[in-house]
Amino acid sequence: MDLLNAFVALANFVLVPAIAYGSQLALGALGVTLIYGILRFSNFAHGDTMAFGTMVVILVTWLFQSWGISLGPLPTALLAIPFGIAATAALVLGTDRAVYRFYRAQKAKPVILVIVSIGVMFIYNGLTRVILGPDDQRFADGERFIISAREFRNLTGLEEGLAIRTTQGITVVTAVIVVAVLFWFLNRTRTGKSMRAYSDNEDLALLSGINPERVERVTWLIVAALVTIAGVLYGLDKSYKPFTYFQLLLPIFAAAIVGGLGNPLGAILGGFVIAFSEVGITYAWKKVLGHALPESLEPDGLVQLMSTDYKFAVSFVILVIVLLFKPTGLTKGKSV
Amino acid sequence: MKHLLAATATAALATSAAFAAGHATEVKLGVLLSFTGPIESLTPAMGAGAEMAMAEVSGNENFLGGSTVVPVRGDATCVDAAAATAAAERLVTDEGVKGIMGADCSGVTTAVLANVAVPNGVVMISPSATSPALSTAEDNGLFFRTAPSDARQGEVLANILREKGMGEVAVTYTNNDYGKGFADAFQAAFENAGGTVTLSAAHEDGKADYAAEVGSLASAGGDALVVLGYVDQGGAGIIQGALDSGAFDMFALGDGMIGDSLTDTFGADLDGTIGTAPGSDNEGGALFQEMASAAGIDGTSVYAGESYDAASLILLAMAAAGSAEPGDYASKIEMVANAPGEVILPGELGKALEIIAGGGDVNFEGASGIELVGPGEAGGSYAEYAIQDGALTVVGYR
Repeated sequence: MDLLNAFVALANFVLVPAIAYGSQLALGALGVTLIYGILRFSNFAHGDTMAFGTMVVILVTWLFQSWGISLGPLPTALLAIPFGIAATAALVLGTDRAVYRFYRAQKAKPVILVIVSIGVMFIYNGLTRVILGPDDQRFADGERFIISAREFRNLTGLEEGLAIRTTQGITVVTAVIVVAVLFWFLNRTRTGKSMRAYSDNEDLALLSGINPERVERVTWLIVAALVTIAGVLYGLDKSYKPFTYFQLLLPIFAAAIVGGLGNPLGAILGGFVIAFSEVGITYAWKKVLGHALPESLEPDGLVQLMSTDYKFAVSFVILVIVLLFKPTGLTKGKSV
Repeated sequence: MKHLLAATATAALATSAAFAAGHATEVKLGVLLSFTGPIESLTPAMGAGAEMAMAEVSGNENFLGGSTVVPVRGDATCVDAAAATAAAERLVTDEGVKGIMGADCSGVTTAVLANVAVPNGVVMISPSATSPALSTAEDNGLFFRTAPSDARQGEVLANILREKGMGEVAVTYTNNDYGKGFADAFQAAFENAGGTVTLSAAHEDGKADYAAEVGSLASAGGDALVVLGYVDQGGAGIIQGALDSGAFDMFALGDGMIGDSLTDTFGADLDGTIGTAPGSDNEGGALFQEMASAAGIDGTSVYAGESYDAASLILLAMAAAGSAEPGDYASKIEMVANAPGEVILPGELGKALEIIAGGGDVNFEGASGIELVGPGEAGGSYAEYAIQDGALTVVGYR
């Protein structure tokens, strides 16, 4: 029985990866939930907007690297994020003007906007592949680890190692900063308050003189920033491939819906619920239990609830359960 | 109308007869390899190896009256059976190839064999499909391979690990015919030799993150992690994940993982890792490497020699049968590959053609020391690789 080793093994294989993954999902889900709350449709192009923003960041990062600019131990990509945000903002604002505004003027039903967003998704999808291609891209540089498993073992003398990658640390820190700024903006500034008012009751907001065009523009700008940051963090931490970004759509939507659509706090909660369930349910607990339990109770099997192949199924199942029993999500969001 | 039809038919007959009678005809051979997809870094050298054999024979007066050999490339994609079948179909029906050097990955090879080669009666020699299931596939005597079945590679890898004193290993394989067949063969051989496989788990290629897979493999534990996947795909992701989380630092690799991109990515982090891939230390291997580097090809690349051998076998069998028709020469392939006869090494195809023309017998050894056994597959000789100072080195053959 060795609780310390059990905790380190748990942290290494479950806590650290799930917290990093959860932060990435939360940032993605915040974007979905903002669009749902303010523009009133589910944006299926979200994953591919992420892929586009990350692509711009990758290209600028390569440019910086060729100029010899770097951030020392931190990835150069962080410097390139503002350029990615600017390009993504231009793209989504352009799309809004050319596509969504037309349907809004006609007071189209949300389901029509959803289908329109699927069309937009295919366009973005093609755009990314034409410019950068469908392959894996590596753009991470700088120091790889805050602490590597081997260093940790040498440092503590424990049997288990704990590795924390730089990208995981950056993910969590950035997510905290971004969320703090977003909430300050929504709760404290005039524009933020007008956005919340517009989301709560469109008619009353219009009556009180809020300019809907402005609210929509600001929403897209915030969404562009959120998706680019989320995409870059995911790409740095894992790997960049346009197709996996498209697949991220499912856990991101699951996170937004589980947390309660339209509710920013819920999106963050949902992100972590999905991440911890995906990692926890597909993890084989043998090692942790082997350390934590007395020898006589040590499990022989792997103690794995579900094979790792079923990772995506976990998001689906949670989604179904929440929709069955609490259609508004864990926090009080809008029902789907 | 009737007259016109008859006239056209006669004209067509006359031209084809003229072609057959002509001296310097053209023999097309398909080179069906996965130029895109998970093993795209291996295929350029393989294709070049096969085309080297064709260039060597092309225009030789003893080869079907000085016929030229024209390679036609097709993309087998490694993973998409429908695309590979379509590519093979194009080679056979549009281009009229008389034999196919390919395909490479086991899954697409099985599909092409069943859907194109057997129905059209075209000979196929794969340089690298190693799934044990292909030994028993329905082939009407048309399918051969210059690479041995994984059942054999599984044994070799298991023996190496046991000799190094590994008692428990975890296995992960790419989720397809090749990976599954290899993993099963390895597990059976390793357990026979007294070892334990703690977990044998599949991984999907093309995912962003393999932390979950590595987590369960780490939980199962073991002295080493056996990775039977692809170097440009999930296999590399698994190794990255295992190194990052400190789950394993000793790896054993199958042939799909032996490639320069492995050491380019991980360098000295993988020191101590061992691997196996088909290869032999016969005279032919060295000769082939010389020839290849003279032609600007990487002759040490996995399966480049086997590709040369596969193309050579088709060409020599054609010469022995005196015909480029698959129905005529398929039965001659084992004859030219095996004893008795004069031993033929790479670069000696001209000599072989001369012997055949003189009515003699040849025993083609080629780059891989090929000897066809059982259902037309190579008996198998493997190179044992080790990673030392961040470089792949061959440490022995078995």
